[in-house]
Amino acid sequence: MAAQPRSRRETWRLLFLISPSLFWLVVFFLIPLIVVLAISFGQRGTYGGVRWDLTLENYARFFDPLYLRIFGRTLVIALTTTVICLLMGYPLAYFIATRPPRWRNTLLVLLMIPFWTNFLIRTYAWLLLLRDQGFVNAFWTGPLHAVFAQLALAVPLGIWEPFLQATSAPLTLFGTDGAIIIGLVYGWLPDMVLPCYAAVDRLDYSLVEAAQDLYANRLRSFLRVILPLTLSGIVAGSILVFIPSLGAYVTPDLLGGAKSIMIGNVIYSQFMSARDYPFGSAISFVLMAVMLVGTLIYFRLGRE
Amino acid sequence: MQEARVRKRKRRRGRWLGRLLTAHGVAGYIFLYLPIVILVVFSFNASRYAMAWRGFTLRWYASLFADQAIAAALKNTLIVAGASTIISTVFGTMVALAMERYRFRAKLAFDALLYLPIIIPDIAMAVMLLLFFVLSHTSLGLTTIIISHVAFNISFVAVVVRARLAYFDVTLEEAAQDLYANEWQTFRRVTLPLIMPGILGGALLAFTLSIDDFVITFFTAGPGSTTLPLRIYSMVKLGVTPEINALSSMMLLVSMALVFVSLLLQKGGGGGIEIT
Repeated sequence: MAAQPRSRRETWRLLFLISPSLFWLVVFFLIPLIVVLAISFGQRGTYGGVRWDLTLENYARFFDPLYLRIFGRTLVIALTTTVICLLMGYPLAYFIATRPPRWRNTLLVLLMIPFWTNFLIRTYAWLLLLRDQGFVNAFWTGPLHAVFAQLALAVPLGIWEPFLQATSAPLTLFGTDGAIIIGLVYGWLPDMVLPCYAAVDRLDYSLVEAAQDLYANRLRSFLRVILPLTLSGIVAGSILVFIPSLGAYVTPDLLGGAKSIMIGNVIYSQFMSARDYPFGSAISFVLMAVMLVGTLIYFRLGRE
Repeated sequence: MQEARVRKRKRRRGRWLGRLLTAHGVAGYIFLYLPIVILVVFSFNASRYAMAWRGFTLRWYASLFADQAIAAALKNTLIVAGASTIISTVFGTMVALAMERYRFRAKLAFDALLYLPIIIPDIAMAVMLLLFFVLSHTSLGLTTIIISHVAFNISFVAVVVRARLAYFDVTLEEAAQDLYANEWQTFRRVTLPLIMPGILGGALLAFTLSIDDFVITFFTAGPGSTTLPLRIYSMVKLGVTPEINALSSMMLLVSMALVFVSLLLQKGGGGGIEIT
């Protein structure tokens, strides 16, 4: 279908078709990208502006233990989120793919609705649940505590003491790394399930039957046949979860409180409060580089 | 005899695994929907502060409709989403046609440029655009938000339309030309109607991404150009209130409506709304 433009007329048509997007992407994407790279070698001006320079100072500052620790934590949170999404999402995709067709469509629509819902709202929903006076704690210190109190009355043994103790005080959930991970998993789970579902749905089940005819047990046929054949979905889903988790800003800002921050919050504060554009640019560039390298390695692994 | 027993045991284990899978599936959907359901339920709660149920009320919805700031934010959101959807749908469709129909030098590089806005973290893109606007002395406002939304939406529209074009049967165009349709007529009467579900799917995705975007809008907005997500964010920062629950529930309703519209589009000819 794709053909070399033969006549001059076709060349003009090709130019007509691509030039608006080319213009937009060069001016409002490629040039800003180069600007960020250039500024990351600059210096902070007296009033928060930029002094052009060629210094590696901003990148050196990144190796300050303070920032390295935040970056390390960001990587750990993003990786944990990706692994949890995979462990939850892959069986969920398998579940959907093995339902009868009528059910399958309904289940897919139910998956699309959160996927199309505002991310801010979905994060806010967890704020309602996890904050100190939130829904989880209301349940924890209310009905759950009452149940244990009743049990202690009905069966007077010492074993209820620790449970009563635990449920008498609210849990600290808000402001922890765990809260951020829950928020991120909730936000990006559909992005893991959809590509995994597409891969499982494409799977030729006769190959699995062939493996089982050759006396492979369930585990072996899963590891040797199903998993390799659906690897493309796993790779795509993991990238779709890992990249936004690495650059997360909203989730740590709303659920992490003041204590738990990620690299996205550092970038934000460099631009919005500290007004240190060169340092903010350097961190953004490191973030993009890590993301790009990570994606490439993952694709390479996926192909092998 | 023994083989039969082994097979029986295997079948029993299989049933057990199947039940585990079903339980996991049900738990997964509860995880996805429980927070949303709680949010919606508490938007009707009469108590302002407590997490306990104090009776049914529509007060929070009423105060939402009376709120001038929210009305202004809604207007801005619709202007931004409308403008950026129209521009990015036209440009994205054009570029999709070019990428599927022609081979040219530097196509690979252009392909990479087209995919980058999709995979780059939104905070990085937000920073890039903010610096660009600040350094070029462009005053921030609705225009800069629209420009930024078009910059990421072109790529999404192009991906969706290209998916549709990949299944396009070229012989239909050849048939039209055999019947003496000129190139414009062929495009207008054959190509465009056939790829229309893809174009509408892309437009719907662009519209959704635009009304949902927070981070890039946050960085490229100026005074007086607050959109709904920015408004929600500043409300959340000031504390949890039932008005936010009401506003969130309304936006949830809009997202559900958009999903159903996209499904109808898909039924009308199998357009590609899945961006997987």
